[in-house]
Order: sequence, then structure tokens, then C-alpha cells
Amino acid sequence: MSDVVLPAPAEAPPAPALPRPDFEIVPRKGLIGVAIVFAALIVAIAMDKLWPLTFFHVAFGAAWTILDLMLGFVLGPILGRLSPAARIELTIRLMPKMLLILPTVVTCTLAAGWQLGHFLHTIDSGYHLHGWIVASYIVVGIMAIIALGLLEPANVAVLFELKKPRPNPAVIQRLMKRFIFTAGITGAMQIATLVIMTKLASG
Amino acid sequence: MSDEPRLPPVTQIGMTSLALIVAGGIYLAAKLPEHVPLGPAIALLVLSAALLAGNMLALSRVRDFNWRRFWQVFRWALLAYAVTAGLIGYSFVRNGLRGGPLVVLSLSLVVYALHVPLLIAFTVARYDREPATEPASAT
Repeated sequence: MSDVVLPAPAEAPPAPALPRPDFEIVPRKGLIGVAIVFAALIVAIAMDKLWPLTFFHVAFGAAWTILDLMLGFVLGPILGRLSPAARIELTIRLMPKMLLILPTVVTCTLAAGWQLGHFLHTIDSGYHLHGWIVASYIVVGIMAIIALGLLEPANVAVLFELKKPRPNPAVIQRLMKRFIFTAGITGAMQIATLVIMTKLASG
Repeated sequence: MSDEPRLPPVTQIGMTSLALIVAGGIYLAAKLPEHVPLGPAIALLVLSAALLAGNMLALSRVRDFNWRRFWQVFRWALLAYAVTAGLIGYSFVRNGLRGGPLVVLSLSLVVYALHVPLLIAFTVARYDREPATEPASAT
């Protein structure tokens, strides 16, 4: 079992020179927003009060679910059907933002969620819906493995490819297929998250 | 396609390693706050860390690889994932997790914070077929 890399760009068919706007792989201005959110998260956990923890867990968890569903079932299929030029345009504008937004919402949801569970004693093994809590761990675990191992690396790699003077369309196509496929899986897993979280919320 | 450089299955091994620490974390979290036998979680962590070490070793032996790009991406991704691991670890400490479970979960976060940047840097560098530079020791 071993990976085989694609042929070197020199051997690939010449890439058409598609116009691309300049972009930052990691938007530096966005890092300020991420730092502010993380600082607020630390304060919320340190305060250990119900409202801030609920806000972070519910608001960021909802953002995570909606983003995954949108990417997996709406934007992903649309991206697959766009013309190469339109796909590149959308990718360049969307992916750098996703690179900051997704890890931020995931970290806030999980860290605040753990603290909230401690506050409400819902993570205790004696909680009457403990089986549902463990199910949520499993769903989040599977999503994390797919997102961290496949989706995020493909996201970064496609941006590096698009930064090149002559991007290799074969590489972009391969990475985007991987991105869309994994986004679809995490989108489907988010439906399980919705079922579990609404069950927990309704007791 | 015999002229294509072959690479070790870094992504597959990395995902297996992540799956092992996730399984260990779920095992511990599912039993808290009661006393948790640490044996299974430690075994999963050791296996996961061994896969990380194996992945690093296998990758370090690859010569025809864009190491310059690998290290460039790895450093920044490491910084980012160290921050997220630190925040999750902070939440563990803040809510009173202590002793063996805290050590196992903290070490699991270390594996996570190293393996994810490795996967990102590997994926970027494998498709970045610029002339090969220095081997794994390059920084």
C-alpha cells in the first residue's frame, strides 16, 4: 500500500493560462478575528458560567454544522459542475476563508462543549442520556479524522497549487474531488449530530 | 508509470494514528468522572505514537521530495494546531481533569498537534514537484 504521486508538471499537458486573482493562502487579517474569538473562548471557559459556555457551544456548533452541510450538499456539487475558470475563481475566494473559519468553529465548539458538559454534568457517566453523549463523541471523532486527515490537507494543497504561475489542472481536479467527497461525508455525519444534539436538548 | 516516485502511505498511516487517539479519548471520556482503567487508553496512545514515529521515519527516507515546501508548511501548521490543542487541553485542566487521564489526553493532543501538520505538509509537498532539495534534515 503506497501512494503514487502525479507526474511532474513538466510531463503533464500544458496548463491553460487561466486568469486568477492574487490571494493569500492564509488571510492575515482574518487571524486577528481568530485571535479575538480564541481569547473570548478562554475567558468563557475561565468564567465557567452557563450563558457564555452555551453561547460558544451552540453558536459555533451551529456554524460548524451549517458550514459542513452547505459545503457537502450545496457548494460541493455546484463546484464540481462549474467551468474550470469559475471553479478556480470560487476556490480562491472560498478556501482561504474556510482555512481559518472551520478550525476556529470546531475548536470553540469542542472546548466550550466539554466545559459545558462538565458544568451541566452531562458528560458524567451517570447522566441518563449518557449513551447519546458517547454517540456524539463517536460522530465528532469520525468527522475529525476525515476532516483532519483528508479534507484540511486537500484544502491547503489546492491553494498552494493555485498559487503557482501555471497550476496543474490534474492536481487541482484530484484535490478538489477529494475535498468535495470528504465534505459530503462530513455533511452526512452532521445530520447525525443534529439528531443527537436535539435529543440531548429535549431530554 | 515506473518513473513516478513512490511515497510511503503517509496519509493512511496518519489517519489510523488519529483514529487510535480518538478511540482512546472516547474510551476515557465515556467513563469520566468515575475511575477509569488506563490500560486500553495507554495502549491506543502508544500505538498511535508508534505510527507517528513510523510515519516520520518512512518520510525522512524519501529523497525525491520537496522538503523545502514540506518544512515551510509544517512549521506554520504546527503553530496553528499547537494553539488548538492548547485550547482543548486548557478546557480539560479547567474542569478538573487530573492524574492519569489528564496525562493520557494531553499526550494524545501532542500526537494530534504533530500528526495533522505532518499530513498537511506532506499533501502540499507531494504535489509540489519543484526540484528536490535537501533530505528530511532540511529546515
